[in-house]
Amino acid sequence: MTKRPSFGAELERLEAIVRGLEDSEVDLDEALELFQEGVERLKNARTLLQETELTVKKVVKAADADLPDDDVDD
Amino acid sequence: MGGELDLFSSGPPSSSDGAWTVAQVTSRARQLIDAGFHPLWIKGEVTGFKQYRSGHWYFSLRDAEAQVRCVMWRTDNRRVSQPPEDGLQVFVEGRPTVWEERGEFRITVKRMLPTDAGGQWELQLQQAKAALERDGLLDPARRRPLPEFPTRIAIITSPDGAALHDMLTVIGRRWPAVEVLLLPTRVQGDGAERELCRALKLVNDLSADVAIVGRGGGSREDLWVFNSEKVARAVAAVEVPIISAVGHEEDVALTDLVADLRAPTPSAAAEAVVPDRGEAIRVVDMLARRLGGSLTSRTRLGRERLARTVDRLQGAMAGQIEQRTTRLAMVSARLDALSPLKVLERGFAVARNDKGEVLKSTKSFTPGSDFRLTVTDGDVRARVAGEDT
Repeated sequence: MTKRPSFGAELERLEAIVRGLEDSEVDLDEALELFQEGVERLKNARTLLQETELTVKKVVKAADADLPDDDVDD
Repeated sequence: MGGELDLFSSGPPSSSDGAWTVAQVTSRARQLIDAGFHPLWIKGEVTGFKQYRSGHWYFSLRDAEAQVRCVMWRTDNRRVSQPPEDGLQVFVEGRPTVWEERGEFRITVKRMLPTDAGGQWELQLQQAKAALERDGLLDPARRRPLPEFPTRIAIITSPDGAALHDMLTVIGRRWPAVEVLLLPTRVQGDGAERELCRALKLVNDLSADVAIVGRGGGSREDLWVFNSEKVARAVAAVEVPIISAVGHEEDVALTDLVADLRAPTPSAAAEAVVPDRGEAIRVVDMLARRLGGSLTSRTRLGRERLARTVDRLQGAMAGQIEQRTTRLAMVSARLDALSPLKVLERGFAVARNDKGEVLKSTKSFTPGSDFRLTVTDGDVRARVAGEDT
Protein backbone atom coordinates (compact mmCIF):
# COMPACT_ATOMS: atom_id res chain seq x y z
CA MET A 1 0.00 0.00 0.00
CA THR A 2 1.44 3.36 -0.94
CA LYS A 3 1.30 6.05 1.64
CA ARG A 4 0.17 9.61 1.07
CA PRO A 5 2.81 12.35 1.50
CA SER A 6 3.55 12.93 5.13
CA PHE A 7 2.84 16.31 6.63
CA GLY A 8 5.50 15.56 9.21
CA ALA A 9 8.14 14.98 6.52
CA GLU A 10 7.17 18.17 4.66
CA LEU A 11 7.30 20.16 7.86
CA GLU A 12 10.65 18.75 8.86
CA ARG A 13 12.20 19.56 5.47
CA LEU A 14 10.65 23.01 5.49
CA GLU A 15 12.17 23.75 8.89
CA ALA A 16 15.58 22.60 7.65
CA ILE A 17 15.26 24.83 4.57
CA VAL A 18 14.33 27.90 6.60
CA ARG A 19 17.23 27.25 8.97
CA GLY A 20 19.54 26.91 5.96
CA LEU A 21 18.29 30.16 4.44
CA GLU A 22 18.68 31.99 7.70
CA ASP A 23 22.33 30.97 7.73
CA SER A 24 24.08 33.69 5.74
CA GLU A 25 26.95 31.35 4.83
CA VAL A 26 24.82 29.73 2.14
CA ASP A 27 25.64 31.29 -1.24
CA LEU A 28 22.98 33.04 -3.27
CA ASP A 29 22.53 30.32 -5.91
CA GLU A 30 22.02 27.70 -3.27
CA ALA A 31 19.76 30.01 -1.32
CA LEU A 32 17.50 30.52 -4.36
CA GLU A 33 17.33 26.79 -4.91
CA LEU A 34 16.44 26.22 -1.25
CA PHE A 35 13.84 28.93 -1.44
CA GLN A 36 12.18 27.34 -4.44
CA GLU A 37 12.10 24.00 -2.70
CA GLY A 38 10.75 25.69 0.41
CA VAL A 39 7.88 27.20 -1.55
CA GLU A 40 7.11 23.77 -2.98
CA ARG A 41 7.13 22.12 0.46
CA LEU A 42 4.98 24.88 1.85
CA LYS A 43 2.47 24.26 -0.91
CA ASN A 44 2.41 20.52 -0.15
CA ALA A 45 1.94 21.15 3.57
CA ARG A 46 -0.89 23.59 2.90
CA THR A 47 -2.55 21.13 0.53
CA LEU A 48 -2.52 18.49 3.24
CA LEU A 49 -3.95 20.99 5.70
CA GLN A 50 -6.75 21.82 3.33
CA GLU A 51 -7.88 18.22 3.05
CA THR A 52 -11.32 17.75 4.47
CA GLU A 53 -12.20 14.22 3.51
CA LEU A 54 -11.03 11.47 5.82
CA THR A 55 -10.04 8.27 4.01
CA VAL A 56 -11.33 5.13 5.67
CA LYS A 57 -10.51 1.67 4.36
CA LYS A 58 -11.71 -1.57 5.79
CA VAL A 59 -9.13 -4.31 6.09
CA VAL A 60 -11.43 -7.28 5.70
CA LYS A 61 -8.58 -9.74 5.98
CA ALA A 62 -8.82 -9.39 9.74
CA ALA A 63 -12.07 -11.28 9.77
CA ASP A 64 -10.88 -13.99 7.38
CA ALA A 65 -9.73 -17.29 8.73
CA ASP A 66 -6.54 -17.25 6.67
CA LEU A 67 -4.14 -17.20 9.59
CA PRO A 68 -3.27 -20.52 11.19
CA ASP A 69 -4.81 -20.99 14.60
CA ASP A 70 -1.52 -21.43 16.37
CA ASP A 71 -0.69 -17.82 15.55
CA VAL A 72 -3.13 -16.66 18.14
CA ASP A 73 -3.70 -19.59 20.40
CA ASP A 74 -0.32 -19.79 22.06
CA MET B 1 14.96 -33.94 50.88
CA GLY B 2 17.39 -31.11 50.15
CA GLY B 3 15.75 -28.80 52.68
CA GLU B 4 16.29 -31.25 55.54
CA LEU B 5 19.88 -31.82 54.57
CA ASP B 6 20.40 -28.07 54.56
CA LEU B 7 18.78 -27.78 57.94
CA PHE B 8 21.29 -30.09 59.53
CA SER B 9 24.39 -29.50 57.50
CA SER B 10 24.59 -25.74 57.27
CA GLY B 11 22.63 -24.54 60.31
CA PRO B 12 23.97 -22.28 63.03
CA PRO B 13 26.36 -23.79 65.60
CA SER B 14 24.55 -25.68 68.37
CA SER B 15 24.67 -24.56 71.99
CA SER B 16 27.25 -25.82 74.51
CA ASP B 17 25.30 -28.98 75.36
CA GLY B 18 24.97 -29.86 71.65
CA ALA B 19 21.31 -28.75 71.23
CA TRP B 20 19.81 -25.95 69.06
CA THR B 21 18.02 -23.14 70.74
CA VAL B 22 14.33 -22.73 69.90
CA ALA B 23 15.06 -19.36 68.31
CA GLN B 24 17.71 -20.96 66.09
CA VAL B 25 15.25 -23.58 64.88
CA THR B 26 12.38 -21.19 64.13
CA SER B 27 14.73 -18.70 62.50
CA ARG B 28 16.24 -21.38 60.32
CA ALA B 29 12.79 -22.73 59.46
CA ARG B 30 11.66 -19.25 58.42
CA GLN B 31 14.66 -18.80 56.19
CA LEU B 32 13.99 -22.11 54.46
CA ILE B 33 10.27 -21.46 54.01
CA ASP B 34 10.79 -17.89 52.78
CA ALA B 35 13.34 -19.05 50.23
CA GLY B 36 11.25 -22.03 49.14
CA PHE B 37 7.99 -20.31 48.12
CA HIS B 38 6.99 -17.59 45.69
CA PRO B 39 3.74 -15.72 46.32
CA LEU B 40 0.83 -18.10 45.69
CA TRP B 41 -2.88 -17.96 45.07
CA ILE B 42 -4.65 -20.24 47.52
CA LYS B 43 -8.32 -21.17 47.61
CA GLY B 44 -9.98 -21.95 50.92
CA GLU B 45 -12.69 -21.26 53.46
CA VAL B 46 -12.23 -18.53 56.04
CA THR B 47 -12.48 -19.64 59.65
CA GLY B 48 -11.73 -18.05 63.04
CA PHE B 49 -11.62 -14.54 61.57
CA LYS B 50 -10.53 -11.85 64.03
CA GLN B 51 -9.80 -8.17 63.44
CA TYR B 52 -7.56 -6.62 66.09
CA ARG B 53 -7.61 -3.01 67.21
CA SER B 54 -4.42 -2.47 65.24
CA GLY B 55 -6.53 -3.15 62.13
CA HIS B 56 -4.68 -6.36 61.24
CA TRP B 57 -6.73 -9.44 60.33
CA TYR B 58 -6.01 -12.92 61.71
CA PHE B 59 -7.83 -16.01 60.42
CA SER B 60 -7.35 -19.52 59.12
CA LEU B 61 -8.00 -20.96 55.69
CA ARG B 62 -9.19 -24.52 55.54
CA ASP B 63 -10.43 -27.17 53.19
CA ALA B 64 -11.50 -30.77 53.82
CA GLU B 65 -8.00 -31.96 54.64
CA ALA B 66 -6.02 -29.17 56.21
CA GLN B 67 -5.87 -25.65 57.51
CA VAL B 68 -3.30 -22.91 57.71
CA ARG B 69 -3.02 -19.71 59.79
CA CYS B 70 -3.14 -16.42 57.91
CA VAL B 71 -2.44 -12.78 58.69
CA MET B 72 -3.45 -9.82 56.54
CA TRP B 73 -1.89 -6.54 57.59
CA ARG B 74 -3.94 -3.41 57.78
CA THR B 75 -2.17 -1.81 54.81
CA ASP B 76 -3.23 -4.77 52.64
CA ASN B 77 -6.74 -5.42 54.02
CA ARG B 78 -7.71 -1.80 53.44
CA ARG B 79 -8.21 -2.68 49.77
CA VAL B 80 -10.73 -5.44 50.57
CA SER B 81 -14.26 -4.04 50.47
CA GLN B 82 -15.43 -5.79 53.67
CA PRO B 83 -14.03 -8.27 56.19
CA PRO B 84 -14.84 -11.88 55.22
CA GLU B 85 -17.32 -13.81 57.34
CA ASP B 86 -16.42 -17.23 58.65
CA GLY B 87 -17.33 -19.90 56.12
CA LEU B 88 -16.74 -17.66 53.06
CA GLN B 89 -14.83 -19.27 50.19
CA VAL B 90 -12.01 -16.99 49.06
CA PHE B 91 -8.90 -16.79 46.97
CA VAL B 92 -5.95 -15.27 48.73
CA GLU B 93 -2.62 -14.24 47.30
CA GLY B 94 0.08 -14.62 49.89
CA ARG B 95 3.46 -15.87 50.90
CA PRO B 96 4.08 -18.75 53.30
CA THR B 97 6.40 -17.92 56.16
CA VAL B 98 7.12 -18.84 59.77
CA TRP B 99 6.18 -16.57 62.65
CA GLU B 100 9.23 -17.15 64.74
CA GLU B 101 7.91 -16.01 68.14
CA ARG B 102 5.20 -18.67 68.03
CA GLY B 103 6.95 -21.17 65.86
CA GLU B 104 3.86 -20.95 63.68
CA PHE B 105 3.65 -21.68 59.97
CA ARG B 106 1.39 -19.10 58.35
CA ILE B 107 0.49 -17.20 55.21
CA THR B 108 1.02 -13.45 54.94
CA VAL B 109 -1.95 -12.48 52.75
CA LYS B 110 -1.59 -9.59 50.34
CA ARG B 111 -4.85 -9.86 48.46
CA MET B 112 -8.21 -11.49 48.98
CA LEU B 113 -10.96 -12.18 46.43
CA PRO B 114 -14.33 -13.88 46.71
CA THR B 115 -14.65 -17.11 44.70
CA ASP B 116 -17.83 -16.06 42.89
CA ALA B 117 -17.67 -15.44 39.12
CA GLY B 118 -16.25 -11.95 39.64
CA GLY B 119 -13.61 -13.33 41.96
CA GLN B 120 -12.66 -16.02 39.46
CA TRP B 121 -12.19 -13.42 36.76
CA GLU B 122 -10.29 -11.17 39.08
CA LEU B 123 -8.05 -14.09 39.96
CA GLN B 124 -7.39 -14.78 36.29
CA LEU B 125 -6.70 -11.12 35.77
CA GLN B 126 -4.25 -10.96 38.65
CA GLN B 127 -2.52 -14.07 37.41
CA ALA B 128 -2.32 -12.70 33.88
CA LYS B 129 -1.01 -9.42 35.20
CA ALA B 130 1.65 -11.21 37.21
CA ALA B 131 2.68 -13.18 34.09
CA LEU B 132 2.93 -10.00 32.00
CA GLU B 133 4.87 -8.33 34.80
CA ARG B 134 7.35 -11.22 34.91
CA ASP B 135 7.95 -10.82 31.16
CA GLY B 136 8.62 -7.10 31.61
CA LEU B 137 5.59 -6.11 29.50
CA LEU B 138 4.22 -3.74 32.13
CA ASP B 139 7.45 -1.77 32.33
CA PRO B 140 6.60 1.91 31.70
CA ALA B 141 9.96 2.24 29.93
CA ARG B 142 8.50 0.13 27.11
CA ARG B 143 6.07 2.89 26.22
CA ARG B 144 6.86 4.61 22.95
CA PRO B 145 5.88 8.16 22.05
CA LEU B 146 3.09 8.54 19.48
CA PRO B 147 4.07 9.94 16.07
CA GLU B 148 3.47 13.67 15.81
CA PHE B 149 1.90 13.64 12.34
CA PRO B 150 0.65 10.15 11.46
CA THR B 151 -0.41 9.42 7.89
CA ARG B 152 -1.92 6.00 8.45
CA ILE B 153 -3.84 4.92 11.52
CA ALA B 154 -4.97 1.36 12.15
CA ILE B 155 -8.13 1.04 14.21
CA ILE B 156 -9.13 -2.29 15.69
CA THR B 157 -12.68 -2.26 16.94
CA SER B 158 -16.21 -3.29 16.15
CA PRO B 159 -17.39 -1.90 12.78
CA ASP B 160 -20.85 -1.34 14.24
CA GLY B 161 -20.12 0.33 17.55
CA ALA B 162 -20.44 3.94 18.57
CA ALA B 163 -16.73 3.82 19.39
CA LEU B 164 -15.75 3.72 15.70
CA HIS B 165 -18.15 6.50 14.82
CA ASP B 166 -16.80 8.68 17.63
CA MET B 167 -13.19 8.10 16.62
CA LEU B 168 -13.80 8.84 12.94
CA THR B 169 -15.69 12.00 13.84
CA VAL B 170 -12.89 13.31 16.04
CA ILE B 171 -10.11 12.39 13.58
CA GLY B 172 -12.07 13.89 10.68
CA ARG B 173 -12.51 17.13 12.56
CA ARG B 174 -8.95 17.46 13.87
CA TRP B 175 -6.82 16.06 11.09
CA PRO B 176 -8.54 14.62 8.00
CA ALA B 177 -5.27 14.26 6.08
CA VAL B 178 -4.87 10.68 7.24
CA GLU B 179 -5.85 7.28 6.08
CA VAL B 180 -7.72 5.15 8.59
CA LEU B 181 -7.46 1.41 8.17
CA LEU B 182 -10.27 -0.30 10.01
CA LEU B 183 -9.69 -3.85 11.19
CA PRO B 184 -13.19 -4.96 12.15
CA THR B 185 -13.42 -7.42 15.03
CA ARG B 186 -15.89 -8.49 17.62
CA VAL B 187 -15.13 -6.79 20.92
CA GLN B 188 -17.10 -9.02 23.26
CA GLY B 189 -18.38 -12.55 23.51
CA ASP B 190 -17.35 -15.65 21.61
CA GLY B 191 -14.56 -15.21 19.12
CA ALA B 192 -13.66 -11.71 20.29
CA GLU B 193 -10.36 -12.77 21.82
CA ARG B 194 -9.33 -14.66 18.72
CA GLU B 195 -10.35 -11.89 16.31
CA LEU B 196 -8.63 -9.22 18.34
CA CYS B 197 -5.40 -11.24 18.45
CA ARG B 198 -5.50 -11.75 14.69
CA ALA B 199 -6.23 -8.12 13.94
CA LEU B 200 -3.46 -6.95 16.26
CA LYS B 201 -1.03 -9.28 14.51
CA LEU B 202 -2.15 -8.00 11.13
CA VAL B 203 -1.41 -4.38 12.09
CA ASN B 204 2.30 -5.12 11.67
CA ASP B 205 1.76 -5.76 7.93
CA LEU B 206 -0.05 -2.50 7.21
CA SER B 207 2.77 0.09 7.52
CA ALA B 208 0.58 2.02 9.89
CA ASP B 209 2.21 4.75 11.96
CA VAL B 210 0.05 4.16 14.98
CA ALA B 211 -2.83 1.93 16.09
CA ILE B 212 -5.86 2.13 18.34
CA VAL B 213 -7.55 -0.89 19.87
CA GLY B 214 -10.69 -0.43 21.86
CA ARG B 215 -14.41 -0.28 22.31
CA GLY B 216 -17.01 1.82 24.01
CA GLY B 217 -18.17 1.38 27.57
CA GLY B 218 -20.12 -1.60 28.78
CA SER B 219 -20.57 -3.92 31.68
CA ARG B 220 -17.59 -5.56 33.30
CA GLU B 221 -18.45 -8.76 31.41
CA ASP B 222 -18.69 -6.86 28.10
CA LEU B 223 -15.21 -5.42 28.54
CA TRP B 224 -13.65 -8.60 29.80
CA VAL B 225 -11.88 -9.67 26.62
CA PHE B 226 -9.60 -6.65 27.06
CA ASN B 227 -8.37 -8.33 30.24
CA SER B 228 -7.34 -11.44 28.31
CA GLU B 229 -3.68 -12.25 28.66
CA LYS B 230 -3.57 -13.33 25.00
CA VAL B 231 -5.02 -10.04 23.81
CA ALA B 232 -2.70 -8.10 26.10
CA ARG B 233 0.31 -9.97 24.70
CA ALA B 234 -0.92 -9.29 21.15
CA VAL B 235 -1.13 -5.58 22.00
CA ALA B 236 2.39 -5.67 23.40
CA ALA B 237 3.61 -7.32 20.17
CA VAL B 238 2.33 -4.54 17.89
CA GLU B 239 5.39 -2.93 16.35
CA VAL B 240 4.05 0.62 16.17
CA PRO B 241 2.82 2.74 19.05
CA ILE B 242 -0.63 1.61 20.10
CA ILE B 243 -3.36 3.23 22.16
CA SER B 244 -5.70 1.16 24.28
CA ALA B 245 -9.12 2.77 24.57
CA VAL B 246 -11.56 0.62 26.47
CA GLY B 247 -14.85 1.76 27.92
CA HIS B 248 -15.21 4.68 30.22
CA GLU B 249 -13.05 6.49 32.72
CA GLU B 250 -13.24 4.07 35.63
CA ASP B 251 -12.35 0.91 33.73
CA VAL B 252 -8.74 -0.05 33.49
CA ALA B 253 -8.12 -3.08 31.33
CA LEU B 254 -5.06 -5.25 30.97
CA THR B 255 -4.55 -3.90 27.44
CA ASP B 256 -4.30 -0.42 28.99
CA LEU B 257 -1.28 -1.57 30.97
CA VAL B 258 0.70 -2.90 28.00
CA ALA B 259 -0.26 -0.23 25.44
CA ASP B 260 1.89 2.83 24.78
CA LEU B 261 -0.97 5.06 25.83
CA ARG B 262 -4.15 4.42 27.77
CA ALA B 263 -7.08 6.53 26.65
CA PRO B 264 -10.16 6.62 28.88
CA THR B 265 -12.51 6.57 25.88
CA PRO B 266 -12.27 5.94 22.11
CA SER B 267 -12.87 9.67 21.52
CA ALA B 268 -9.95 10.51 23.80
CA ALA B 269 -7.80 8.07 21.82
CA ALA B 270 -8.75 9.88 18.61
CA GLU B 271 -7.87 13.22 20.20
CA ALA B 272 -4.47 11.87 21.17
CA VAL B 273 -3.66 10.14 17.89
CA VAL B 274 -3.79 13.13 15.54
CA PRO B 275 -2.55 16.69 15.92
CA ASP B 276 -4.85 19.67 15.88
CA ARG B 277 -5.16 21.26 12.43
CA GLY B 278 -5.40 24.80 13.81
CA GLU B 279 -2.11 24.34 15.61
CA ALA B 280 -0.47 22.91 12.48
CA ILE B 281 -1.73 25.84 10.39
CA ARG B 282 -0.08 28.23 12.85
CA VAL B 283 3.20 26.33 12.59
CA VAL B 284 3.08 26.37 8.79
CA ASP B 285 2.22 30.08 8.70
CA MET B 286 5.14 30.81 10.97
CA LEU B 287 7.47 28.84 8.70
CA ALA B 288 6.08 30.64 5.65
CA ARG B 289 6.90 33.98 7.26
CA ARG B 290 10.38 32.84 8.12
CA LEU B 291 10.88 31.53 4.59
CA GLY B 292 9.81 34.86 3.07
CA GLY B 293 11.84 36.79 5.61
CA SER B 294 14.95 34.77 4.89
CA LEU B 295 14.82 35.73 1.20
CA THR B 296 14.17 39.38 2.03
CA SER B 297 17.20 39.51 4.25
CA ARG B 298 19.11 37.71 1.55
CA THR B 299 18.11 40.30 -1.08
CA ARG B 300 19.02 43.02 1.39
CA LEU B 301 22.45 41.44 1.66
CA GLY B 302 22.53 41.28 -2.15
CA ARG B 303 21.60 44.94 -2.41
CA GLU B 304 24.33 45.87 -0.01
CA ARG B 305 26.82 43.91 -2.04
CA LEU B 306 25.61 45.53 -5.22
CA ALA B 307 25.97 48.97 -3.66
CA ARG B 308 29.50 48.16 -2.63
CA THR B 309 30.25 46.98 -6.16
CA VAL B 310 28.86 50.15 -7.67
CA ASP B 311 31.05 52.17 -5.33
CA ARG B 312 34.06 50.25 -6.43
CA LEU B 313 33.06 50.59 -10.06
CA GLN B 314 32.66 54.33 -9.69
CA GLY B 315 36.04 54.50 -7.98
CA ALA B 316 37.58 52.61 -10.84
CA MET B 317 35.86 54.83 -13.40
CA ALA B 318 37.04 57.94 -11.61
CA GLY B 319 40.61 56.65 -11.80
CA GLN B 320 40.22 56.00 -15.49
CA ILE B 321 38.83 59.46 -16.09
CA GLU B 322 41.62 61.05 -14.16
CA GLN B 323 44.16 59.15 -16.20
CA ARG B 324 42.49 60.29 -19.38
CA THR B 325 42.37 63.85 -18.15
CA THR B 326 46.09 63.80 -17.47
CA ARG B 327 46.78 62.42 -20.92
CA LEU B 328 44.55 65.06 -22.44
CA ALA B 329 46.44 67.76 -20.58
CA MET B 330 49.71 66.39 -21.88
CA VAL B 331 48.44 66.29 -25.45
CA SER B 332 47.08 69.80 -25.23
CA ALA B 333 50.40 71.02 -23.83
CA ARG B 334 52.11 69.58 -26.86
CA LEU B 335 49.52 71.03 -29.15
CA ASP B 336 49.97 74.33 -27.43
CA ALA B 337 53.68 74.25 -27.98
CA LEU B 338 53.08 73.69 -31.68
CA SER B 339 50.59 76.51 -31.99
CA PRO B 340 51.58 79.36 -34.44
CA LEU B 341 50.57 81.75 -31.71
CA LYS B 342 53.56 80.53 -29.78
CA VAL B 343 55.77 81.51 -32.75
CA LEU B 344 54.27 84.96 -32.66
CA GLU B 345 55.13 85.12 -28.97
CA ARG B 346 58.70 84.75 -29.93
CA GLY B 347 58.52 88.06 -31.93
CA PHE B 348 57.43 86.86 -35.36
CA ALA B 349 54.54 88.43 -37.27
CA VAL B 350 52.32 87.09 -40.06
CA ALA B 351 51.42 89.23 -43.01
CA ARG B 352 48.16 88.59 -44.81
CA ASN B 353 46.36 90.41 -47.61
CA ASP B 354 42.79 91.48 -47.28
CA LYS B 355 41.68 88.08 -48.52
CA GLY B 356 43.44 86.51 -45.59
CA GLU B 357 46.18 84.92 -47.70
CA VAL B 358 49.60 84.75 -46.07
CA LEU B 359 52.10 86.90 -47.87
CA LYS B 360 55.32 84.90 -47.90
CA SER B 361 57.30 86.54 -50.74
CA THR B 362 58.40 90.07 -51.66
CA LYS B 363 56.42 89.60 -54.90
CA SER B 364 53.25 89.68 -52.88
CA PHE B 365 54.03 93.15 -51.62
CA THR B 366 53.30 95.78 -54.34
CA PRO B 367 54.16 99.32 -53.30
CA GLY B 368 51.19 101.17 -51.95
CA SER B 369 49.17 97.99 -51.29
CA ASP B 370 47.49 97.38 -47.94
CA PHE B 371 47.97 94.25 -45.82
CA ARG B 372 47.50 93.08 -42.25
CA LEU B 373 50.10 92.06 -39.78
CA THR B 374 49.15 89.65 -37.08
CA VAL B 375 51.19 89.85 -33.88
CA THR B 376 50.59 88.07 -30.55
CA ASP B 377 47.89 90.36 -29.25
CA GLY B 378 46.09 91.31 -32.49
CA ASP B 379 46.25 92.67 -36.04
CA VAL B 380 47.56 95.97 -37.36
CA ARG B 381 46.82 97.50 -40.72
CA ALA B 382 49.95 98.28 -42.84
CA ARG B 383 50.91 99.65 -46.32
CA VAL B 384 53.85 98.81 -48.51
CA ALA B 385 56.01 101.99 -48.83
CA GLY B 386 58.30 101.17 -51.70
CA GLU B 387 60.75 98.80 -53.25
CA ASP B 388 63.69 97.57 -51.23
CA THR B 389 65.24 95.53 -53.99
